[in-house]
Amino acid sequence: MLEKNPVIFIILAFVVIMVGTSVTMIAPFKWINGPGDRIAEVKPYTPLQQEGRDLYMREGCNNCHSQVVRTLAADVERYGNGGGYSKSGEFFYDRPHLWGSRRTGPDLARIGLKYPDPKGAWHRKHMENPQSVVPASNMPSYAFLNQALDTTYSERKMKLLKFPYTQADLDDLKGKSEMDAIIAYMRKLGTDIPVKKAEAAVLVPAVLNNPYTDVKAVKEEAEAIYKQQCASCHGEKREGTLGPALKGSAKSDADLFKIISNGIEANGMPTFGAALDEQKIWKLVTYIKLDTK
Amino acid sequence: MKAPTQYVDDSVKGFITWSIIWGTIAVVVGILISLQLAWPQLNVAPYLTYGRLRPIHTNAGIFGWGIGSFIAMFFYITQRLTKTPLWSPKLARVTLWIFNVAIASAAVTLAMGINRTKEYAELEWPLAIVVAILWVLFSINVFMTILKRKEEQMYISLWYIMAALVGVTVLYVVNNLGMPLHLFKSYSAFSGTNDANVQWWYGHNAVAMVLTVPPLAIFYYFLPKITNNPIYSHRMGIIAFWSLIFMYLWTGAHHLLWTPVPDWIQTVAMALSIMLIAPSWGAVMNGYLTMNGQWEKMKTNYLVKFMIVGITFYGLQTLQGPMQSIRSFSAFIHFTDWVPGHVHMGTMGWVSMILFGATYYVTTTLSETEIYSVKLANIHFWLVLIGQLIYSITMWIAGVQQGSMLLATNPDGTLHYSFMETMIAIFPYYKIRAISGFIYLAGLIVFIYNIYKTFQKGENSPTAKAK
Ligand code: HEC
Ligand code: HEC
Ligand code: HEM
Ligand code: HEM
Repeated sequence: MLEKNPVIFIILAFVVIMVGTSVTMIAPFKWINGPGDRIAEVKPYTPLQQEGRDLYMREGCNNCHSQVVRTLAADVERYGNGGGYSKSGEFFYDRPHLWGSRRTGPDLARIGLKYPDPKGAWHRKHMENPQSVVPASNMPSYAFLNQALDTTYSERKMKLLKFPYTQADLDDLKGKSEMDAIIAYMRKLGTDIPVKKAEAAVLVPAVLNNPYTDVKAVKEEAEAIYKQQCASCHGEKREGTLGPALKGSAKSDADLFKIISNGIEANGMPTFGAALDEQKIWKLVTYIKLDTK
Repeated sequence: MKAPTQYVDDSVKGFITWSIIWGTIAVVVGILISLQLAWPQLNVAPYLTYGRLRPIHTNAGIFGWGIGSFIAMFFYITQRLTKTPLWSPKLARVTLWIFNVAIASAAVTLAMGINRTKEYAELEWPLAIVVAILWVLFSINVFMTILKRKEEQMYISLWYIMAALVGVTVLYVVNNLGMPLHLFKSYSAFSGTNDANVQWWYGHNAVAMVLTVPPLAIFYYFLPKITNNPIYSHRMGIIAFWSLIFMYLWTGAHHLLWTPVPDWIQTVAMALSIMLIAPSWGAVMNGYLTMNGQWEKMKTNYLVKFMIVGITFYGLQTLQGPMQSIRSFSAFIHFTDWVPGHVHMGTMGWVSMILFGATYYVTTTLSETEIYSVKLANIHFWLVLIGQLIYSITMWIAGVQQGSMLLATNPDGTLHYSFMETMIAIFPYYKIRAISGFIYLAGLIVFIYNIYKTFQKGENSPTAKAK
């Protein structure tokens, strides 16, 4: 009978398809994004951030960047920036999700924690010319985003997405460029959840004494850490680019330690107390003070 | 004697022609983006940046080349298996128009950055509606032909065809649900983790209903035709069919292992993915066993080569896929270049090989002539095979290398390599991959030339002239 009646066949095929669909796709709506998932601190996007998110979609940044830190230790270490792995509730306001399927570039779920500078100087330089910051990068240059932001639909977007907004938020859009919007979005990513920052401050010991006084012994290791973590803002040769020159710094070891460990976030110097342990920071201090190459 | 059924094949020809054009565009754009990954200076203008071109590549590949050819083959096969002319030739011609308008608009809008970002469902809502209409019109045509059929028996290919018609419709409509802001922008109807779960329920079943079920329908039809031998076991085909379309729908979350999607969904996906080996290999074995006693045709018949190498890549693909669905292995290769290696063994090895073989067969049949050059067909075969193998193998090596570097930690728990070190390590593979693309393109050009010449030969033949 089956072999003879296409109508019955189609209905049967539909039913068979719907079994797995119902269990793994429809049923989970009951739990996901429910009260158990929600995180109170996670806030919806402001009009400027949402415009930035839409630009991120327009440019297809998701083809190279993921936005989800997996529960793997290496993922948390590399991309967590002190915020740990991604939790379901963090994505509550994301339509669509932007988790992605490829990491040609690094994960961006917590990028807001990595470059806290309110002015976004690092991002601006990097977006305009990625290779000027990371020479071997294959990220395209996005200098063309330095054009006026189209705000025609900004308010409608907030209404459609049911996000709260104020007149001040809308006024804030005036005179902004597309670059400003995408940076505002980058700066928001991952910053809502509570992070290990407090812990970082405690890390500073009461008595600050540098155990590494012999620069030769630490140079190789410290230089490697410097190249990975610091060179993009302080220059390959510590000559200073976005951040000040560090070569042969005149600051005391204790002051340097505090700055590196706690950061000066308001001015764009990130906190490294969570990412680097005490020993590494001391080694960096010793290395920085070296005034020859 | 009864007059033979008059089949209507102008749309078959039309779809074959256009799908080859879109396929060529997909490959050329593929080469361009592979070059951009090695030389970022090639991102010369906003609409030519990698982020905008990559979806054009995938859409032209899957929808232009894949779906376009499937429509051609379904029109062809359905008529022959039902011994009935196409229900509405006019509708078929309209479908071809809509198809070309849809794919061309897709390319233009994606270049403009009009992009929903959900993989394989990137098109904004007005275009998504056009695609849905296109699919429904096509489905009605095929389905009505089956309904009015003169041949009682429904051969296994027709089962696969009908499953694809229903499956694609359900998947595409659900994953495209959204809230329109204006003509060129909408927001997904689902948010966050829900959206991810819906997306990969769709994403993986796009693989099932577009890149597995239709080529299987084509394989089941053409292998017996080419070898003049019936398929080994119809019953095995039927069992494999029902278990395949049952199991696939549970497995979407193997794209989301270690993410915030609930653990049980991930575990179910992992288990069902492994079980999928059975029905997948059911089809592979059915193909191999059909060849029993006639393996020499691998040498003597160029078409058999395309079919058997194609089904072999399907077999490898359906062993590798389940492996990637295991949590520990996924931790290693997910997000790395391993996955493009898997993808292109599937698209270039499995789907395209079957389509090449079927296209040669249909072209010669419709032209009522022999192939223009068997030698060129063999050259084509080797070029695309070598191109694809180099592509996949370099990407697997790159993926394993980058995966292990990314996970490597020092004794104190800190990371051994910076992200950039892992990336610099794979640049050489990116360059080799780009070369493999050129080899593949060369094969494709030989294929196009051969098909063109065969059509020409058909038009000049005495029988065609007599008509
Ligand atoms: C061709 C792939 C590619 C595309 C497309 C791309 N990026 Fe990148 N991106 C990279 C790579 C590779 C890196 C790492 C090297 C570097 O910092 O430039 C990177 C780094 C970044 C970083 C710094 C990450 C960190 O941890 O330091 C940010 C922020 C970023 N990209 C944002 C974007 C945005 C926003 C877009 C879209 C407008 C985009 N990227 C498009 C490849 C890409
Ligand atoms: C995202 C860019 C950025 C990165 C990465 C960065 N810094 Fe900074 N750093 C800055 C900026 C900006 C300042 C200036 C802060 C101010 O003026 O208050 C600064 C200031 C400093 C200072 C104080 C210098 C002085 O003379 O006042 C030290 C020391 C320092 N950074 C060390 C480091 C070290 C070590 C690293 C790597 C572990 C690092 N920085 C990584 C941006 C960065
Ligand atoms: C039993 C069969 C299969 C299973 C279990 C399977 C499994 C998987 C898994 C787990 C991934 C995700 C890899 C990752 O990102 O970590 C994947 C990706 C993919 N597979 Fe397969 N696969 C199968 C067969 C196929 C076939 C036959 C094709 C045909 C072309 C195919 C095409 C793809 C594509 C296109 C992707 C990429 C999706 C994306 O990330 O955009 N797969 N597969
Ligand atoms: C010469 C031929 C080809 C080349 C050089 C090529 C190149 C590429 C490149 C560079 C990518 C991006 C990989 C990345 O994210 O790192 C890609 C992705 C992809 N290509 Fe191709 N491609 C070719 C042929 C094809 C064909 C014929 C198809 C389909 C029928 C196809 C389907 C896809 C798909 C589905 C993806 C997305 C994979 C994913 O999400 O992981 N490609 N291709």
